Amino acid sequence: MDITWYLVLSAFIFAIGVAGVISRRNPLVVLLCLELMLNAGNLALVAFARMHGSEAGQVFALIVMVIAACEVVIGLGIIVAMYRNRLPIDIDEMSELRG
Amino acid sequence: MWFEDVLFFIAAIGALAGALGVVFLQNPFYSVLSLVCHLLGLAVLFLLLNAEFIAAAQVVVYAGAVMVLYLFVVAYIGGTDEPLRPESGSIAVLGPVFAFALAVELCIAFISSGLKALDSTGPDISRPAGADTFGSPGAIGELLLTDFLLPFEAASFLLLMAAVGAVVLARRRRGLEDEGTGPMRSRDEPPPTETLEVRV
Repeated sequence: MDITWYLVLSAFIFAIGVAGVISRRNPLVVLLCLELMLNAGNLALVAFARMHGSEAGQVFALIVMVIAACEVVIGLGIIVAMYRNRLPIDIDEMSELRG
Repeated sequence: MWFEDVLFFIAAIGALAGALGVVFLQNPFYSVLSLVCHLLGLAVLFLLLNAEFIAAAQVVVYAGAVMVLYLFVVAYIGGTDEPLRPESGSIAVLGPVFAFALAVELCIAFISSGLKALDSTGPDISRPAGADTFGSPGAIGELLLTDFLLPFEAASFLLLMAAVGAVVLARRRRGLEDEGTGPMRSRDEPPPTETLEVRV
């Protein structure tokens, strides 16, 4: 397949992730949608690596996966801390960090 | 050749359906399972792009470890509290519209970028016999330990910090529930870090 197909697919997956982050309210689902956006970026990186015939883009994708794992761990830790402190599990109610 | 095209469309439809399922399913548990489907579709796409090691890492690390973490947290949080309010309001309508506009814009940016190689399947990546093939663990590992050593070490430090941070964030602390009974409260002076800790 042409590289363009992969890039268009990655654009659509990224847009679906954006729609989820904007419209969903459950912080768990918002984290999942962030994963979608990171994966769309990964797909584009790997497609460009194939386009250039060099593996550097694949190494970038690997680093992005590490970042995504860190983000998941911290995000889930915050959600568990909210649950323990009996705060509502709702994005709209999370205004504790607002300045 | 046609086999690769068919495989691409099957994997792409699976990935797109998984992504849509993450956004539109109401139960977070099903959202996580839908994301697993999405990740498996992406792994097939990575294989089609000759990224064998990334595909294997995607299945083992992402669809395996990270999603199990998600499932544990969903099982821990969900079901005991009152159900979340359904999404409503203007943002639930406008969000998908904005996202579709963004997708169209990104597609226009990709297609009109003028890169000649976009309309090909990429250059020839055959290597001489005996060398590591494109995207194999050997080739990726060699790059990680030579050209990209600094990002590799930084990523390992970041993982360590994330692990410590998760333990600090999610540990069971003497917070709101037993105020004044813990050993830290035996004296009159309030512990200095307490207001910071309960507010996390």
